Amino acid sequence: MEAGTTTPKRSYRIETADRVSRTAAVLAALLLLVLVLLPGFAGRNLIQDLIFLFYMMALAQCWNLLAGYAGLISVGQQAFVGLGGYVLFALTLIGGVNPLLAVPGAGIVAAALALPTALIVFRLRGAYFAIGTWVVAEVYRLVFAQVKPLGGGTGTSLTPTVTSSVPGIEWIKTLFDVRTPAARDIASYWLALALLVATLVFVYLVLRSRRGLALGAIRDRESAAASLGVDIDRIKLAAYVATAAMTGMLGALIYLQKARISPDAAFSVLDWTAYVIFITVIGGIGTIEGPVIGAIIFYLMQRYLADFGAWYLILLGTLGILVMLFAPRGLWGLVAGRYGLTLFPTRRRLVVDEDDGNRP
Amino acid sequence: MLLDIAGLRKSFGAIVVADDFDLTIAPSEAVGIIGPNGAGKTTLFNLIAGGLSPSAGRIRFDGRDLAGVPPQGRCRAGIGRTHQIPQPFENLTVFENLLVGAVHGRGKSEREATQSCGEILDQLGLIKRANTLAGALTLLERKRLEMARALASGPRLLLLDEIAGGLTEGECAELVTTIRDIRKSGVAILWIEHVVHALLAVIDRLVVLNFGRKIAEGAPKEVMARSDVRQIYIGIEA
Repeated sequence: MEAGTTTPKRSYRIETADRVSRTAAVLAALLLLVLVLLPGFAGRNLIQDLIFLFYMMALAQCWNLLAGYAGLISVGQQAFVGLGGYVLFALTLIGGVNPLLAVPGAGIVAAALALPTALIVFRLRGAYFAIGTWVVAEVYRLVFAQVKPLGGGTGTSLTPTVTSSVPGIEWIKTLFDVRTPAARDIASYWLALALLVATLVFVYLVLRSRRGLALGAIRDRESAAASLGVDIDRIKLAAYVATAAMTGMLGALIYLQKARISPDAAFSVLDWTAYVIFITVIGGIGTIEGPVIGAIIFYLMQRYLADFGAWYLILLGTLGILVMLFAPRGLWGLVAGRYGLTLFPTRRRLVVDEDDGNRP
Repeated sequence: MLLDIAGLRKSFGAIVVADDFDLTIAPSEAVGIIGPNGAGKTTLFNLIAGGLSPSAGRIRFDGRDLAGVPPQGRCRAGIGRTHQIPQPFENLTVFENLLVGAVHGRGKSEREATQSCGEILDQLGLIKRANTLAGALTLLERKRLEMARALASGPRLLLLDEIAGGLTEGECAELVTTIRDIRKSGVAILWIEHVVHALLAVIDRLVVLNFGRKIAEGAPKEVMARSDVRQIYIGIEA
């Protein structure tokens, strides 16, 4: 197809990063360096808090990819957190596998079980899909409560041999001059940081790929995406399986750090799905920045308001409702909409190479 | 024949919305469809583009039977469509909207698709809005985006669903020029429209639908002169 009749042939190219996002990348690299070195000068409480922040942020990224982009509103992601935790316990306690190898093992098992789970829940749409995922998660909980070698309904603990067998514990002990429990926390902290960074990089690369383009289209208008050649079912299935694998690995890591597991805690809809939905919604659903902001707000609220007991949950709920009513695109959406900011450059900008004052 | 529809029938329970419908379109031909509201026009598009499956009959595109081919497969085969109510991806930019069609409908990489998407945006007068979020567009721009996005998927047949509705006279005239250009580039057009004068400025052949049945087909002027067609259009078209 030819361009306008009189204008010379223009050439077009794609640009993704802009000045803000380049600055953000430099700042993120610096922040990452500080976070890696943090155990050298931070107290054990802060390290433990940050482990919690990191895995909630990573879980929220996964849920956001699933619900915010692929339109799969799952309230059953605790199925994969619990599954990951239990696979870690089974592999280390019964199989004698090193915990560090058990984490990716949990991811593989979660992905493998996500396929048959998808066969069931993908037959359902909208609210029925949400309820279906929850029911499946309950089935997982009831099944694991029957497994006697893993403690049945009351659960079980990792033996000190297992928790101390994470590679590098001895090295951390001498490096930071700390006892074994503190060294375990530092190892978990680094693992959590690594998994968070891996999750962010993964989600970012997906959104930058052709599948990410399709996910954006599905998020905005599913039926129109199909008539433009997007294979919706396939992309949704890929998103479901990939997030299940990530969630499973996070679950393994969470329970490696907790060192104690029970079906009720591991498959808790409140801890692993309700809070995660809260984080994503207040931060900004359907953006990669949203869950990052949301997780920090959630952590601060938990840190400073948890002493108020029931009031804390009431406040959490109120904030969630207010954001949904007055800032449906979340707190990040408010900021990004006003200033046109992006920290993770997923936008594809069209640049015209020809100085004719016709630049977009 | 590019498009070959024979004996097409679609019913929802007792309501028949397409009844024994035949239509053929040759490559780079432009065909218009008119008919009162509820005549089954949009249903016909959904049957061709794959949103609905027919109760009976068959649709062939470029010799291939489309039965069981999902919407994305029909897009990849070369059927592009616009929607009566524009359906932009509102949180993607205008350019990204086109990329979806070029990458997924045509199997190109983003880099390969950039040049042709830029040219389409230029042709449709959207180049200055390329990096604007589609949700911020005006109605005319949204209608243009519908066409631009469908063109980006590289169609050989373009289905236009009331693309001129709701536009001013001037906007409508611009749109007619654009559609003529698209046609000249070798894309066949099947166009449903209430704004008959816009339609007549482009098409070679006119089909009149009423209650899911084809009641007239032929050269536009002759069809519009028929008394039964005029009767149906009393109150709709002066």
